[in-house]
Amino acid sequence: MRRFALIAVPYFWLLALFLVPFLIVLKISLSDIALAIPPYTPTLDFSAGWEGFKAFLGALDLENFEFLTTDDLYWKAYLSSLQIAFIATVATLIVGYPIAYGMANAPDHWRPTLMMLVILPFWTSFLIRVYAWVGILSTEGYLNQFLLGIGVISEPLTILNTNTAVYIGIVYTYLPFMILPIYSALERLDASLLEAAEDLGCSRITAFWLVTVPLSKNGIIAGCFLVFIPTIGEFVIPSLLGGSKTLMIGKVLWEEFFNNRDWPVASAVAVILLLILIIPIILFQRNEQKQREADG
Amino acid sequence: MKTTILTTTALLAFTAAAGAQEVRVYNWSDYIDESLLEKFEAETGLKLTYDVFDSNEVLETKMLAGGSGYDVVVPSGTFLQRQISAGAFQKLDMSQLPNHKNLWDLIADRTEQYDPDNAYSINYMWGTTGIGVNVNKVQEALGDDAPIDSLDLVFNPENMEKLAKCGVYFLDAPAEMIPMALKFLGEDPDSHDPDVIAKTEDVFMPIRPYIKKFHSSEFINALANGDICVAVGWSGDILQARDRADEADNGVEIVYNAPKEGAQMWFDQMAIPVDAPNPEAAHKFLNFIMDPENAAAASNYVYYANGNKASQEFLVEDVIGDPAVYPDEETLSNLFTTTPFEPKVQRVVTRLWTKIKSGT
Repeated sequence: MRRFALIAVPYFWLLALFLVPFLIVLKISLSDIALAIPPYTPTLDFSAGWEGFKAFLGALDLENFEFLTTDDLYWKAYLSSLQIAFIATVATLIVGYPIAYGMANAPDHWRPTLMMLVILPFWTSFLIRVYAWVGILSTEGYLNQFLLGIGVISEPLTILNTNTAVYIGIVYTYLPFMILPIYSALERLDASLLEAAEDLGCSRITAFWLVTVPLSKNGIIAGCFLVFIPTIGEFVIPSLLGGSKTLMIGKVLWEEFFNNRDWPVASAVAVILLLILIIPIILFQRNEQKQREADG
Repeated sequence: MKTTILTTTALLAFTAAAGAQEVRVYNWSDYIDESLLEKFEAETGLKLTYDVFDSNEVLETKMLAGGSGYDVVVPSGTFLQRQISAGAFQKLDMSQLPNHKNLWDLIADRTEQYDPDNAYSINYMWGTTGIGVNVNKVQEALGDDAPIDSLDLVFNPENMEKLAKCGVYFLDAPAEMIPMALKFLGEDPDSHDPDVIAKTEDVFMPIRPYIKKFHSSEFINALANGDICVAVGWSGDILQARDRADEADNGVEIVYNAPKEGAQMWFDQMAIPVDAPNPEAAHKFLNFIMDPENAAAASNYVYYANGNKASQEFLVEDVIGDPAVYPDEETLSNLFTTTPFEPKVQRVVTRLWTKIKSGT
């Protein structure tokens, strides 16, 4: 019984914080737009009883999902979000791994300080940090002034309002989410394994690729998920740093919601986004589990 | 992150519970003399929370979601009309608004097309959508006879190509930019015919590469600083830019013109949401705004005309005497108004606008 209660707690949270909101969004995605509060129809009326519920179900349809297939804007935005998220995740990994590696190999008494430095930016609002990049990257900004000052460039670079700025923003914002899981994987790494590899004739670089990287695989995967998933739906970074040519699904969602005031279509966009994210993750975990079972 | 959200929600819930003596106003950005807010608090003893937005669309989403927590909001005419039919507002109680007598019939007659009998709203400000230019830079690019009072300036690709170097901003407001392009084409600016609306794509696409940004509030500073030389924007905002440039004494000279082909006239109306936490305080705020001296103080500060006849004796010459703020009869007859789009047409308009903005 106690065991059951213990397991029930996470399932309860999953139900309350994931499944219920998802069902609400799914329901809205099957509704029709209306000029009312809330701006869709039908709404569930409990006083009408069972008949009312049946009428409610009868009014739901897949029209909004059909609509999404008629306009190429949506799949273009999904694809471009996936692409931006993928490139940004790889870039974050390239920047983050050496930092995590350096931290894990630093002397013991330095580690808490280094850890603190990674977490420190979270003490300032995310929005303010992204705004700061506007000041750094703009045509008259600090970066251009610096580069012009030391004579590297003669014309200011246009970085703000381009995809490059979006990548910089994402890498900067999500870096700690990449560093921390990799660091915790590397920290647990048994140094004697590396000694053994070197004793058996591996060079340091080969030992790194054959021992360190595979053993930190779980950290890398966790870090990549933590960066990739929120990046796909990212809205703040592309809207502040990106240009009007940056097409991301978060922006499309915002437009459906605020410009068209079409909650049903906005919800349909969100449901598909969720499916795009969840299906690969479930497949991946299945695969992992199978492998573990095969290994075990 | 999650804790922050939780704490904020808890705080909001807390203040909402404690907010019996509070009034929350949601108005456009850069749209009031802030000393009026202090004056209101001092006069009424109510605590005033003043938030701002820069798009009617955002306001409408909040209104239709319900439970916005605001006591007074300021939608423009067409948006007000839609939100009234959605049941978002409550009728005003005229007995609580003794200053209502100060309003100007000329404006009240026109706002009746959005709010029959003006039962739900009072006019706060009205103005036109037109073109603001940095005269020196535009003349440098196009010569002394640059058509700064014509839509030709911003819709003719030849002009725009030359202006691109000094920077052009457009409003990010399809409900105003599309009618403007329709007017340029000689079509009915209030057309709801998707085929007619689609024609504006051919107006925007050739000039799209020369537009630096679509934004509805940043242009004030950009114009005043000299970062851009042309902004399609709202009359008073551009006149505020002129004022800021004068104060900074940076040699930037800004001029506003309502295009001679015809300009859109709009009305920002104060209304009380149906679920306002404190409607009584909301009426007090409306009544305060309709006080002639207060209305005049607001207009003198933001360079927009107000719908308050009695306030006119308190207006400075710079405002009442400027035809860009208070248009003369001839300009007034050249202004047009629009009506709200149906949801299907709205979708066509938004999609077209997304296409125009992204250039694809």
